[in-house]
Amino acid sequence: MKVKGVTVDLISRSKLEELTSSEKIDFIIGEVKKGKILILEMGLTADEQADLIKKTMSTIDHDTFIGIEMEGYPEEKVGFFHRLFGIRRSRITVIGPANLLKTIRRDDQVIETIIIPGKGV
Amino acid sequence: MGLLDRFRFSSLGRFLEKIFGRRHARIGIYGPPNVGKTTLANRIARDWSGEIVGSVSDIPHETRRARAKSNIRIENGNSSLIMDIVDTPGITTKVDFRDFLNYGLDEEEARRRAKEATEGVIEAIRWLDDVDGVLLVMDSTQDPFTQVNVTILGNLEARNLPVIIAANKIDLEEASPATLKSAFPQHPVVPVSALTGHNMDMLYSKMIEHFGKKRRRRSK
Repeated sequence: MKVKGVTVDLISRSKLEELTSSEKIDFIIGEVKKGKILILEMGLTADEQADLIKKTMSTIDHDTFIGIEMEGYPEEKVGFFHRLFGIRRSRITVIGPANLLKTIRRDDQVIETIIIPGKGV
Repeated sequence: MGLLDRFRFSSLGRFLEKIFGRRHARIGIYGPPNVGKTTLANRIARDWSGEIVGSVSDIPHETRRARAKSNIRIENGNSSLIMDIVDTPGITTKVDFRDFLNYGLDEEEARRRAKEATEGVIEAIRWLDDVDGVLLVMDSTQDPFTQVNVTILGNLEARNLPVIIAANKIDLEEASPATLKSAFPQHPVVPVSALTGHNMDMLYSKMIEHFGKKRRRRSK
């Protein structure tokens, strides 16, 4: 018997590191369009976030896909050499379909989201 | 490209800019939908050129194409800055035509507006490659920790673009510009009301100081 509900996938850092930026964005859009919620262990860079928004906008069809909900913490600089060379590490991020996932509250320590009942696949 | 633009992008122009700081800057007005970007663009343009940039509305995504007003000279004492201001469409991660039906639009009009809004978001992000600085407008009555604000700021920091956060709508009772200041302590935050013009002098002073600075832009 198939269990009905919302699929939440935790995507590991190693999986994300295997993908180029454009592959990462295509993967996210593809999964989110299927109705999945993704939790990325390693979030997107600022450039990737902007590219994801652009790709989302060009993918919206207004009947079945109205966009994404995305919440993550800003990139952080870690360690002396990272700071020296301006290297930032992206952080955990949650992404899902906008008709399914809604952010209730976020601050610099907690991101609280809800899954809208009855919208899962 | 006009004569002034040719000079700006010439080797001599860039050399003089490095020595003396920027005197002519292209400033993008960015932010989520309905925070008052066009109201602010109109306020700046009206104060210094007597003209406006575009129409405003309570319906989100009223601005769906970027609009520019060139050669606006703002002054503060002996300092001045000549700006081209670019009023950009609101950036968002979702657009649902059904939201516009609540504002009395019929379905056909709502769908058209939604489609244009998605195109506007793409155009706004593309403009980031062509501005020298950004006025990031936030609604000081709303929670500032939104992903759109974080994404825009992250992109500006990655490009080393100067940014001023305009904490707008301080004319409203529930406004809390102090929340914005504590949320983004690494950036200058100026509380303003684009609607009433309150505190615009402080914003102009900060714009001349901040956007006129010598700065090396990082390529994307």
